Amino acid sequence: MSARDDVLARVRAALGGATATGGPAASGTVARAYREHGDLAPGSPEAVDVLVDRLVDYRAHVHVAASAAEVATIVGDLLADATSVVVPPQLDAAWLGALGAGTAVVPDARDDPRTPDELDRVDAVVTAARVAIADTGTIVLDGEPDQGRRAITLVPDLHVCVVRTDQVVEAVPEAVRLLAAHPERPQTWISGPSATSDIELSRVEGVHGPRTLHVILAPPR
Amino acid sequence: MSRTFLGLPLRRGARTLPDDVARPGGHGTSAGAGPASDAFGDVPHPDAPLRWGGSFPDAAREALQNTQLRRNLAHATSTIRAKRAAVVGEVPDWEALRDAGSAIKTDVMARLPELLEELERNVVARGGVVHWARDADEANRIVADLVKAKGVDEVVKVKSMATQEIGLNEALAAEGIAAYETDLAELIVQLADDMPSHILVPAIHRNRAEIREIFLARMGDAPPDLSDVPRELAMAARAHLRRKFLSAKVAISGANFGVADTGTLTVVESEGNGRMCLTLPETLVTVMGIEKVVPTYTDLEVFLQLLPRSSTGERMNPYTSLWTGVTPGDGPQEFHLVLLDNGRTDVLADEVGRAALHCIRCSACLNVCPVYERVGGHAYGSVYPGPIGAILTPQLTKSSGGLSGHHDPNASLPYASTLCGACYEVCPVKIDIPSILVELRAREVDADRGRPTGWGAAMKAASFVMSDARRFELAEKAAGLGRVVAGPKGRISTLPPPASAWTRSRDLPAPAKQTFRDWWRDRPAPAPPVADPGDTGGFGAAATDNPGFGDGGEGR
Ligand code: SF4
Repeated sequence: MSARDDVLARVRAALGGATATGGPAASGTVARAYREHGDLAPGSPEAVDVLVDRLVDYRAHVHVAASAAEVATIVGDLLADATSVVVPPQLDAAWLGALGAGTAVVPDARDDPRTPDELDRVDAVVTAARVAIADTGTIVLDGEPDQGRRAITLVPDLHVCVVRTDQVVEAVPEAVRLLAAHPERPQTWISGPSATSDIELSRVEGVHGPRTLHVILAPPR
Repeated sequence: MSRTFLGLPLRRGARTLPDDVARPGGHGTSAGAGPASDAFGDVPHPDAPLRWGGSFPDAAREALQNTQLRRNLAHATSTIRAKRAAVVGEVPDWEALRDAGSAIKTDVMARLPELLEELERNVVARGGVVHWARDADEANRIVADLVKAKGVDEVVKVKSMATQEIGLNEALAAEGIAAYETDLAELIVQLADDMPSHILVPAIHRNRAEIREIFLARMGDAPPDLSDVPRELAMAARAHLRRKFLSAKVAISGANFGVADTGTLTVVESEGNGRMCLTLPETLVTVMGIEKVVPTYTDLEVFLQLLPRSSTGERMNPYTSLWTGVTPGDGPQEFHLVLLDNGRTDVLADEVGRAALHCIRCSACLNVCPVYERVGGHAYGSVYPGPIGAILTPQLTKSSGGLSGHHDPNASLPYASTLCGACYEVCPVKIDIPSILVELRAREVDADRGRPTGWGAAMKAASFVMSDARRFELAEKAAGLGRVVAGPKGRISTLPPPASAWTRSRDLPAPAKQTFRDWWRDRPAPAPPVADPGDTGGFGAAATDNPGFGDGGEGR
């Protein structure tokens, strides 16, 4: 008997055989009395306020831009000291409009990937986001061309993430249901910079992931 | 051995890396620490990750002598309890989420065969390879062969309870493969060559001064002027592991959840070491217990709310990674999923005990447990300590006598509890740990029936008393009389049933004037933590700034 057949047979035996042949009970039979939506409308100023509060709590830096031009100005300021920035293939080009001459733009794409060592020599990364969850201060990236490969938001030490306010939802289930349209996309949920409290539960921000996270809130397209 | 380190006796590990295998993380050459194969502390690396050391009462008595350990634990658990309570309190539908989490897990167990087949189908459809392992040896064999097929002799690892449970690192070492733990706490434990004592913060038994000593002695490339400020220690670990991450060809992880209807795997973490392992290497091998499957992608909306708040006391852990098979051009281009039984089907066969498989490894039950807080994780003699360990370890080792063998140390684990019920109250998936403990005590007695010592009758009586909180309290009060009979040594050598079951093999300390439960209820609030002035992320800050820590949940 293969290990597979053996393990499955053991599972069936453990269940007494009854449920094993009963066909799948719909998982809809599970009672869900929890909130599937928050009270705040997606993209509302109130939802954005909650997001900002949570992000700051996690020591992310939050900036508010009134226009794409302002996004560019903020990006330019944040990267003033960066000698290089890696960007995903379809980042809104306008956001890089105010980069200083000293900051080289390093392109990266699935069909033209930088190696981990190359990324290690890059100072920063700028990406868009898929959705943000106000309740938990979470930004979700799903690897689409305006966000790029997972590695580019991991190896550089500074991550600038542009979130449009219409991408902000209040509750976790709202985001999950939105993401469920493409569960196959590789996702990274980010809630503040990387952190550890493994030593006496003393929090230290920035261990292996980017040690600094800037979030720029941009108006809807 | 007479050498001591950090005040603890140094003992030769029961099993350590062979001398010709590179020691992950360093070479143990520094002065004062002895040879690399010595454990930093009193917990040598065991052969059996689910069964080491003596019985719980003996190990607990020993642990209680260690005041440093108790200080470290009291500090850590009181901090995390406060954080958890604060973030759970702000969720208006917390109880509804717990109910849903519990119901989903019950549904999973009932439909486990179909769900596993569905998961397998979807992982394969997305370019992954699925392997099945009946037990630890088989899982270790599969992983070792996969690593060797890649022609490498080292791998990076994300913290994972499942791979600890099967002793994967030791098995790989025996094959000449060095496995580098990358979670900060796991790195500390690995460098010290001792065992984890908590499922979320494995080095919770160490303080900063001890960690500094371990890094200086064992890391190999620690800065010589390293201080004991947590930030400096964390940065030393970052620098130490950076090259490993950038050059690793193979990574090994666990999984918090495996979604049947999409084939999506999930790892919840804090430091980014998980992302490094899940993203940069060419090959990823994930070892997942069969109970970690969830039916649908949307079920994640329940568990990704329950887990971070229960485990790290954060609204959300810093990083959660979700991947489905292989994504061309992004992340590992070869993905293997190893589905592990290793005793889980034995647990499943017990209609009451099977709820232990619902566990999402948040560690909340450890942090609230008055027994854990005093004795620490090592006394449980298993990689699964605390209340969940007390019900899971004996059941996982059932086939080798873990539940019924009267000489088996694991059979004493269901007695490692005061049945105060705090674990049930905090459990995000509502596992009724106290009831299962009582049930397992009865099982243990049934299995032992017929022995001529009266053990069975005594345990039955104990179970009867302990299964009802009021009866238990009355019995405790009665036990107060024991103070009178204990005599000047303060130890009682024989007691009438049910307590004779305990004194049969050991002395019972004289009962306290106040019962434990009375004392626990009335005890003064723990002293406020002392902030370290030189460290912005010190305890004072940690308690109020909603920090995150360690590695959320599992990979586990
Ligand atoms: S038993 Fe419950 S509280 Fe304990 S670790 Fe598991 S899920 Fe968390």
